[in-house]
Amino acid sequence: MATNTIDRTAKEIVLTVQDYSLFAWRAFLNLFTPPRYWPDYLIQSDIVGVGSASIVLLSGFFTGGVLALQSAATLAQFGAAAVTGRFVGITMIRELGPVLTGIMVAGRNASSMASELGSMVVTEQIDAMRALGVDPMRKLVTPRIFATISMLFFLTIVADAFGILGGAFVTIFMNRQDGTQYFSMAWEYLRYPDIVQGLVKPLFSGYIIASIGCFYGMRTTGGTEGVGRATIQAVVYASVLIIVADFLLTQVLLTLFPPL
Amino acid sequence: MSVTPASAQSDPMQPPEAAPADAGSVVAFRNVSIAFDGPPVLQDVSFSLAPGETRILLGPAGVGKSVLLKLTNGLLRPDRGSILLFAEEISRMPEVDLFPLRTRTGMVFQEGALFDSLTVRDNVAYQLIQERVPDDQIDSRVREALRFVELESTFSFYPASLSGGMKRRVAIARALIRRPDLLLYDSPTGGLDPVTSTTIIELVVKQRDVYRTPSLLVTHRLQDAFTMCTHRFDADLNRMVPLPQGQTDSNTTFLMLEEGRLIFDGSLRQLLHSENEFVREFLK
Repeated sequence: MATNTIDRTAKEIVLTVQDYSLFAWRAFLNLFTPPRYWPDYLIQSDIVGVGSASIVLLSGFFTGGVLALQSAATLAQFGAAAVTGRFVGITMIRELGPVLTGIMVAGRNASSMASELGSMVVTEQIDAMRALGVDPMRKLVTPRIFATISMLFFLTIVADAFGILGGAFVTIFMNRQDGTQYFSMAWEYLRYPDIVQGLVKPLFSGYIIASIGCFYGMRTTGGTEGVGRATIQAVVYASVLIIVADFLLTQVLLTLFPPL
Repeated sequence: MSVTPASAQSDPMQPPEAAPADAGSVVAFRNVSIAFDGPPVLQDVSFSLAPGETRILLGPAGVGKSVLLKLTNGLLRPDRGSILLFAEEISRMPEVDLFPLRTRTGMVFQEGALFDSLTVRDNVAYQLIQERVPDDQIDSRVREALRFVELESTFSFYPASLSGGMKRRVAIARALIRRPDLLLYDSPTGGLDPVTSTTIIELVVKQRDVYRTPSLLVTHRLQDAFTMCTHRFDADLNRMVPLPQGQTDSNTTFLMLEEGRLIFDGSLRQLLHSENEFVREFLK
């Protein structure tokens, strides 16, 4: 009996991965063939980009602040409190900026995509769209994926900038250190590979957030309860996959750009 | 409109297995079967829909009526058998090739399936907007379609502010706006009160008699089916009127499903005189 359950679960997992791979690949390829729905891309960019700006800005600012608070105390024990700016800048740009922004945007937008598309599925709006001769993959999924990829790139830059500002706020007003020293340390030790590493990650995270959100939304079954289930699955899997992808990408990027 | 005296309808009922030839049919099903993780929903279903014909698909809830309708325009694919839509085999056709065919059909869904984030105007004009038709043309065609369903005043409303019956009428307007070559109605009166149901059926009859578009209508309400057979739309009076006693609309015929099998294919008279036990029980 237990073997049967394991067998069935394994098959379901493999089938889901296969469905997701085909879904994500088709959504990606759609960008290169007409018809393209540019107005939908702009609407989704506004929803994902402008709509998420405030939460990304706040989370970036306070994460930078916490980093400065935590690191300054430890660094002071080694007489290195002056390098707080370097620590905050590198950490935000290489790691925390991309990952935190990805998780915040996943919480806000993967859930909204899954619930919106899921509601459309259970009320037959997706079938109605197909019956009217419009491909829901092109109309609904592809614009969301490319809007999320492009907006997450800029949101990560915003999070990085506000993280460094948050660190500066703590350093200057709470730790009573020199602001010029903080910024010069943050700038001086920043290398192009750090920036590349920080800005490659959101491209993958954006793809994960939108494709997972849309995938679970489009395969919703079971009425309103199913919509709730799809929303939870979308947020959980998108968040976990962002962290897994971050780990793999960090390995690859550290190989390509070894630290000095 | 073609009207036949009930007494003159003496064609022997064709068994589903020996369905008429597909030549010239708008829709033709040949031994179609489909299942979803369980027993078959439809088994060896065969029938055809001729130009100008209206076929009413009867059966209790859960026998596969809506599934059959979704198979008709390729929203679902059969496990076995073949489906011809406008003389093209669609059962194995790629989705991308189905879209142009679907633009030639209009479909009214069970609950209307209006896009709740769009206004009535944008819902009705959905296909025209995708085809980038100029705005002034869209507005006039939407008003014309809404006038047909007598809902012109809802032009800028959102679906949430419409009643159930109004949503169905808007859905009919959306299905009609491009003057389709085939209309599919999925329980257009399901869940509505008798007065609103009659309004919807009147619109279906009006469409049948004004545009003569071939239609496939799914319902489990016998009174709707009989009303369609025994009434015609009077353009002068702008309302549905009963046909003279003993006459029925000869282009409106019936199909009946029982547990996924097509057990009846014929006219109203043949339906009323059927020896099939399930048909007799259903009519009671």
